[in-house]
Amino acid sequence: MNERGYDIVIIGSGAGGGTVAQELAPLCRDGIRIVVLEKGPKLAENEFSGREIEMAQALYEDGGGFLTSDGGLTLAMGVAYGGSTVVYTGTSLIAPSRVIAGWNVPGLSHSEIERRSRKFMEQNNVHFLTDDLINENNQLFVKGCRRLGYNVQQFPVNLLGCRGSSLCNLGCPNLAKQGTHRVQLPEAERGGVEVVTRCEVERLDERSVVATVRPRGVDEKGGPSSWEPGTYRVHGKIVVVCAGAVGSPALLLRSRLGAALPRLGHGFTCHPALILVAEHNRPITNFVGHPKSYYLDQFVESDGYVLETCMYFPFTTAKSLSGFGAPHAEFMEAFPRLQMILVLACDHPAPENRVTVDRAGHPVVHYRFTPAVKRALASGTAAAARIFFAAGARRVHVPAARPPTVEAERAERLDDLIDEDRFRPGDVTVSAAHLQGGCGMGLTARDSVTDSFGRVHGVPWLFVADASLFPDSVEINPYLTIMALADRVAQWIRQNGRDLLAGA
Amino acid sequence: METRSEAAAASAGAAPSLLPPVFRAIVSTVVPAATELDGEAWLEVERLVIDSLQQRPRALQRRLRLFLTLVQWLPALRYGRPFTSLDDERRARVLARLRDHSIDLIRVGFWGVRTLALLGYYGRDAAARAIGYRPRHDGWDAFRP
Repeated sequence: MNERGYDIVIIGSGAGGGTVAQELAPLCRDGIRIVVLEKGPKLAENEFSGREIEMAQALYEDGGGFLTSDGGLTLAMGVAYGGSTVVYTGTSLIAPSRVIAGWNVPGLSHSEIERRSRKFMEQNNVHFLTDDLINENNQLFVKGCRRLGYNVQQFPVNLLGCRGSSLCNLGCPNLAKQGTHRVQLPEAERGGVEVVTRCEVERLDERSVVATVRPRGVDEKGGPSSWEPGTYRVHGKIVVVCAGAVGSPALLLRSRLGAALPRLGHGFTCHPALILVAEHNRPITNFVGHPKSYYLDQFVESDGYVLETCMYFPFTTAKSLSGFGAPHAEFMEAFPRLQMILVLACDHPAPENRVTVDRAGHPVVHYRFTPAVKRALASGTAAAARIFFAAGARRVHVPAARPPTVEAERAERLDDLIDEDRFRPGDVTVSAAHLQGGCGMGLTARDSVTDSFGRVHGVPWLFVADASLFPDSVEINPYLTIMALADRVAQWIRQNGRDLLAGA
Repeated sequence: METRSEAAAASAGAAPSLLPPVFRAIVSTVVPAATELDGEAWLEVERLVIDSLQQRPRALQRRLRLFLTLVQWLPALRYGRPFTSLDDERRARVLARLRDHSIDLIRVGFWGVRTLALLGYYGRDAAARAIGYRPRHDGWDAFRP
């Protein structure tokens, strides 16, 4: 086995890992050696083709089709230099104060989350798009919401030079999205941090990790790793795990930390999401322009859902429509006339929803829709359908109705048409991209995996800094909150990590 | 009158199938326009599916093969013929029964096969163009010359 020695090893390069890398980079000036181990590849600027299947296979775990154990939910996890920040839409919201208060993490205040979030809003060029860059898919959402008296809001987004390719979720071909791959990681590398791609960490040992560097496959996108393919033991006085809400708990479980940390893998939430589609009588601008510019969160506390604009690609859209045959094809053939809305259920931890590992050490996500999630998806579907019709849609595809096509004349009966029981494995297509929890913060090992600074209980050299820290769902798009928490973890290491770095 | 399934067989010509023949029959039932694909296009559908499956766990690949066998031979109990020998209407009826089945595993199996059928068909550039999906990297610049 190859051996490498560093002072700090960071596992993962997404919103958490990229932020930690940047924030710890100043330590390199004092001779501290820092490495980031990233499982995915680093794509060249000209490799973002915008082709759906090709990019999904290059940038997502399991090509975007990672399934929960019962096959009822598809989880989207970015795997690349920059992690999921390469494939999100750049939406950048500060966590609501009620959420942070509800987390009840000792020492963690909303004002601190807000302060740190604003720092990254500035760094990553977060702003509102101007009206001339808003397409009709988004404008119609605003129109429908306003006609119904809903309080629709615009997303702040972290873009620089957006040309409106609409391909955010496949990696921006114009490099406009300011994820960690564009901002924090390059800054960290300029500061002396080493980033090793195609490097998958298998397990943690005492102050070291065992990792495998994969060779670049034939026709595979992205450059080769800077390390030769093979197995490595990478020593680190401090290890920061930022492998995401599935990867981080799975890694700690593989490292046999489960017995000492009974909450490890528990508390998994993911904002299960439903893509809804409506057809208008005329073509609208939908596959040009930023896809996710507006949202509606006024029903999150009363009904547990958030609505967002969205625009997906042919296969993802086809998968989201229920049924098959001619009725399904009719919607697909109307693509230039389609408007889309995403319904996100704000789920909360449930005992059965958790991350485990199988005998080979691969992550297994167990997730069942709770009655509250089913209700939220049903209520959100009804609200979205009303918005579509208020915006002038001629018909709406309601996957939880039989038949799923609802014409404007039947709009009055929406609540009766939607069947909550259809949110079951193998029926309505539900997916999730906001994966959270599994290494939740708290006070002791009885109620959590880490303290409020991401320090793993009982393992002083081990930290977690990603969405797995969330004790409950954040109820908004999570990236800024991940960055804020990662910033907090990094600050603790900068200020208090001397003893650990001295090998004490 | 020629059925869609017969038309599919004719249009596919002698192109060798990379997946069990039942898969093409399923794709043609899920996406009726697939009957118009020529042999090369069918191979593209199947290559997309195979490439996608290569990234997936082996257990899932085994379950898929098993489910394709189930779809092919389950109709023999009711109609005395395998799926590939049924007419379009009966094929659709078989798939609808699997889709609505009370057993989770069967519904999930159907969902998985349907997902792969849609991936293979709509993952092709030609299918995207045919439904009018034409995104451009230069987005608004191309739209507003």
